[in-house]
Amino acid sequence: MTPLQEIWVYLAERPLFALTLTLATWLGAQWIFERSGGRAWANPVLLSVLVLSVFLLASRTEYATYFEGAQFIHFLLGPATVALAIPLYHQLGRIRRNAPAIAAGLATGSLLAVASTLILLALFGAGPLLLASLAPKSVTSPVAMALAEQLGGSPPLAAVHVILTGILGASFGPWLLDRLRIADEAARGLALGVAAHGIGTARALRESARCGAFAGLGMGLNALLTAAYLPLLGGLLSG
Amino acid sequence: MLAALAGLFACQLAGEFLVRALGLPLPGPVLGLLLLLLFLVLRGSVPKSLEVTANGLLRHLGLLFVPAGVGVITQLEPIAGAWPGLLVALVVSTGLALAGTGWLYARMAHRPKGRKA
Repeated sequence: MTPLQEIWVYLAERPLFALTLTLATWLGAQWIFERSGGRAWANPVLLSVLVLSVFLLASRTEYATYFEGAQFIHFLLGPATVALAIPLYHQLGRIRRNAPAIAAGLATGSLLAVASTLILLALFGAGPLLLASLAPKSVTSPVAMALAEQLGGSPPLAAVHVILTGILGASFGPWLLDRLRIADEAARGLALGVAAHGIGTARALRESARCGAFAGLGMGLNALLTAAYLPLLGGLLSG
Repeated sequence: MLAALAGLFACQLAGEFLVRALGLPLPGPVLGLLLLLLFLVLRGSVPKSLEVTANGLLRHLGLLFVPAGVGVITQLEPIAGAWPGLLVALVVSTGLALAGTGWLYARMAHRPKGRKA
C-alpha cells in the first residue's frame, strides 16, 4: 500500500470524513438545484442521495461506517421537526378557517396513497411482505416503520420506501401540482406533506413559509390518521 | 440561540417521554412539535431567538434526510427483485395522493366570495 492509500483507508473510516462528504455533497447539490432554476430532477435530496449512494457502493464502504459520521446530521431531524411549530403557529388562523378543507384533503390523499399502493402491488403479484411494508409509505418514517411491523412487514424496507416516496414527491410533486394548476400555497403544502411527509415539507418550505407550514401540518396529521386506520386493514392483508 | 436550541431539544425530549409513557402512535418529535405549538399559543408570540434558530434549521431540512436516504443501499436486494411493481406503485400512488389532496383542498378553500384561501 502506498502512503496515500494508507491515509485514504484511515480517513475513510473516520466519522469526520462521512460528515464532511455529506455536507459538501449537499452544498454542491443545492448549487445545481438553484442553477437549474429549481428543476424536478435537480432536487438536492435526490441528487445528494444518488451521489453518496454511488460513492459508497463504488468505494465498498459499509452503510454503517458512513452512518457513524452522518448520524450527527441525522440527529438534527428531531429538533427540526419540533421547529415546524413556528411556521405552523404563524398560520394557525388560516388553518382554523380552513379546517374542513384540510380534513377532506388529508383523508382523500391518505386513503388514495394506501389504496393505490396495495392495488398496484397486488396487480404486480407482490407478496404480503411487500404489501405490508409499503402500505404506510407516505407516512413519516418512525410511524411507517412501526405500522409496517404491526402489519407483518419489514421496518427497514418500509423506511427505504418512505424515503423514496418522499424524494419522488418532493422532486416531481411541485411539477405535477403546476400541471394541475394548483397554485394555492396552502393546497400545495398540504399535498406535499400528506403525500411526501418530511422531505415534501422540506421542499414546500422552499416555496414559502405558508406552504411549509401546511406541509408540516399534512405530515403530522397523516401520521396520526394512518396510524388510526391502517392496523384495521391488517386482517385484510394477511387474509 | 443556544437557549432556543435547548428549548427545541427539551420539547423533543418531553415528546419522546410522553409518547413512551402513554403508548401514543406518534413519533416523539411530532408530539414535541405540538407541545411547542401549545407553548407559543399560550405565550401569544414567538421569541425572536427561537424564530431565528428554527428558520436556520428548517432552511436545510432537506439535508437532514440525506443520511437516512443513503440507507437505500442496504435494501437493494429486495428492491431489485420487484422493481417494476415498486416503481409503478411509488409513482402512481404518490401522484394520486398529491393530486387528490391539493385539488380537494384548493376547491373547498376557495369559497364563492373570492377570498384567498
